Amino acid sequence: MSDSLAFSDATRGKIHTLLGRYPRKQGALIPVLYLAQDEFGWLRPEVMELVAKELELPVATVLATATFYTMLYKKPVGRFHVQICVNVSCYLLGSDELMSIAQETLGIAPGQTSSDGLFSLEAVQCLCACDRAPTLQINQTDYFKVKGADFRNVLTQMQTEGTRLGPRPGWLEFQGDHDHHAHADQEAPHA
Amino acid sequence: MPEQRILLRSHLGVDFTRLDDYIKHGGFAMWAKAQTLGPAGVTAEVKASGLRGRGGAGFPTGVKWGFLPNDGRTRYLVVNADEGEPGTFKDRYFLELDPFRQLEGILLACYAIGAHVSYIYIRGEYWNSKKVTQDAIDQLYAAGWLGKNIQGSGFDCDVYVHSGAGAYICGEETALIESIEGKPGMPRLKPPFPANYGAFGMPTIVNNTETLASVPVILEMGGQAWSDLGSPRNGGTKLVGVAGHVKNPGLFEVPMGTPMREIIYDLGGGILDDRAILAIIPGGSSCPFLTAEDLDVPMDFDSLKSKGSMLGTACITVMAEGLTDLLEVMRRITGFYEHESCGQCTPCRQGTGWLYAIADKMCKGQADESHIDLLISACNNIDGNTICAHGEAAAWPIRSIAKKFRPQLAAEIAKRAAARA
Repeated sequence: MSDSLAFSDATRGKIHTLLGRYPRKQGALIPVLYLAQDEFGWLRPEVMELVAKELELPVATVLATATFYTMLYKKPVGRFHVQICVNVSCYLLGSDELMSIAQETLGIAPGQTSSDGLFSLEAVQCLCACDRAPTLQINQTDYFKVKGADFRNVLTQMQTEGTRLGPRPGWLEFQGDHDHHAHADQEAPHA
Repeated sequence: MPEQRILLRSHLGVDFTRLDDYIKHGGFAMWAKAQTLGPAGVTAEVKASGLRGRGGAGFPTGVKWGFLPNDGRTRYLVVNADEGEPGTFKDRYFLELDPFRQLEGILLACYAIGAHVSYIYIRGEYWNSKKVTQDAIDQLYAAGWLGKNIQGSGFDCDVYVHSGAGAYICGEETALIESIEGKPGMPRLKPPFPANYGAFGMPTIVNNTETLASVPVILEMGGQAWSDLGSPRNGGTKLVGVAGHVKNPGLFEVPMGTPMREIIYDLGGGILDDRAILAIIPGGSSCPFLTAEDLDVPMDFDSLKSKGSMLGTACITVMAEGLTDLLEVMRRITGFYEHESCGQCTPCRQGTGWLYAIADKMCKGQADESHIDLLISACNNIDGNTICAHGEAAAWPIRSIAKKFRPQLAAEIAKRAAARA
C-alpha cells in the first residue's frame, strides 16, 4: 500500500460514527466503501486495502463485497454519470430514444467513459418511478418524464460545466496506470 | 371513483417532511395509545387487522411478529425499503414525501416486538429517499422521539439508514440481512428464518416500508375496522400504481379487492389512444402476465393467486395493442433477471442467461417457433430449484408470456427470421 494514502479527518469522523451503529465492524463495510469512493473517486486496490485496514477485515472480504455491488466503483466513473433506465416501463415510453441522444451527444456507448473523464453512460435497470417514465439519473439527481430536447440541453450544459470542473478524483491515477481510451465496463448491462 | 385515501395524502398540500406538520395532522398520537395497550396489545391489533406484508409476499405481519423466540437475545427490526422490482414505485412515496409515517410505524413495531435498533435498508439509487428519511430521523432525535427514554417512557430506540449499493437481490430478506452485515447479497437457506437467526445472528423481523406505514393507521382505527376496509382475508387499503400505456399514470390508494379494471380505467384514465390492452403485469415484473380477459379480477393477494399470478407490489404495468413489442419486453425482463442473479445457484445463474440468450435470438431474427418450447423448458428447469425466489421471479413471467401469447410470438419470430434471411 502506498504510504501516502489515508482518509481525511472528516471521513475518519464519519467512519467512527458508523462503527457505533453496528455490533460488528463489517456491518459498516458498505457505508465505509461509499465514503472511500467519495474521497478517492473509485475503489482502486490501494483504497480497498485502506478500508480493510481501517475495519480490521481481510482484503478478500472487502474485495468480495465491493465487487458484488454495481454502485461501488471498481473503475472510475465520469464527472457526470448518466444512467438511463431501459427496463419495461421506460422502454414502453421511449427510453431507446434517450439512449440514442446520449450516445450521439457524448460520443460514447453504454458502459463507456469518455476519454476526458467527464461522462460515463450506462443503461440501468428500473429506477422505480414508472409513473413518470421515461426516467434517468445523473449523479444523484433524478430526471422524470424526460423529453428528448430537454435531455439534449441538459447534456450540453453539463459538457460546459464538465470542462470547468474536470474529471473526478482518481481519474488521473487511472489514466497513468492504464492509458485507456473510452474503456468499456466489464459488465455492460444489456441495452 | 374507487379511491379511498388513508395513507396517501399528497393531495393535502402539506409538507409532511416537517415533523411539526406531521404532528399537527395527528402524527405520533398512537405512541400514547401504544403505551396503554402495551407491546402485546399493539401486536394483537396488528394481528386483528390481518395486515399482510406489502412487499409482495403477503405474509400476515402480526403472525410474523409472534415468531420471535423469548430467549433474551438482542432483537432487530429491519425495514425493507429496497424498492427495485421493475414496474414498482410505491415505497418511494413514504421515503420522499411522508417519511414520518414509516418512522412512527417503526417506533410502534420496535415497541411491540421489543427491538431497540432498527435498520432501514434503502435502495442505493434512491438518493433523495435516503436524504429525506435521514433528515426526518435527525428531526426525531432532536425532538426526543428517537434515542434514549423516548418521551419519558423509558423505551430506547435507535433508527439507522443503511444504503443499498445497486443489487436488486437485496430486496430478498436474507440477502438484505447479509448486505447489512457488509457481505455480498446472497440469500440464505431457510430455515433458520430471520425471526430466529437474522441480522448479526440475532432474532430479526423484516418488514416492508408500506407495511410499517400502515401500523399507525391500524392502531388509530382499530385492527378490525381497518381490516373491514378490504376484502376477506385481504384487509385494509393498499397503495396501487398504474404505469405504461395509460393516459393518467400515477400512484393511488384503494380498498383491497378493488377490481383491476377500475384501477386501470377510472384512476389510470384508460389506455393511450383508447387502444385495446395486450398484456398486464399486476404488481412488478416477477408476476405472471395477465390479459384483458382478467380485468375484473379483484386486486388482492388471494384473487390474483387464483388467476395464476400475484398481487406483488400492486403497481400495474399496462401494455397496449399496437404499441408493444412483446419479444423486446421479454428481452428486457430476462436481461434484468440475468443481470441481478446473485450467482450462487446454478439453475438461476445459468438459466437466467439462457432465457436472455433465447429472447435475444428471437429479437434478432435468429430463432424459430421451437425456441418458444426451449424457453418454457428453461423456465421449468429454474422453477423450484433455487435457494430464493429470484429463479421463480425470472421464470414465471416469461413462461406466462410464452404460453399465453404463443401465436403472436410465433408470428413475430417468423417475421423477423424472414426479414433477416
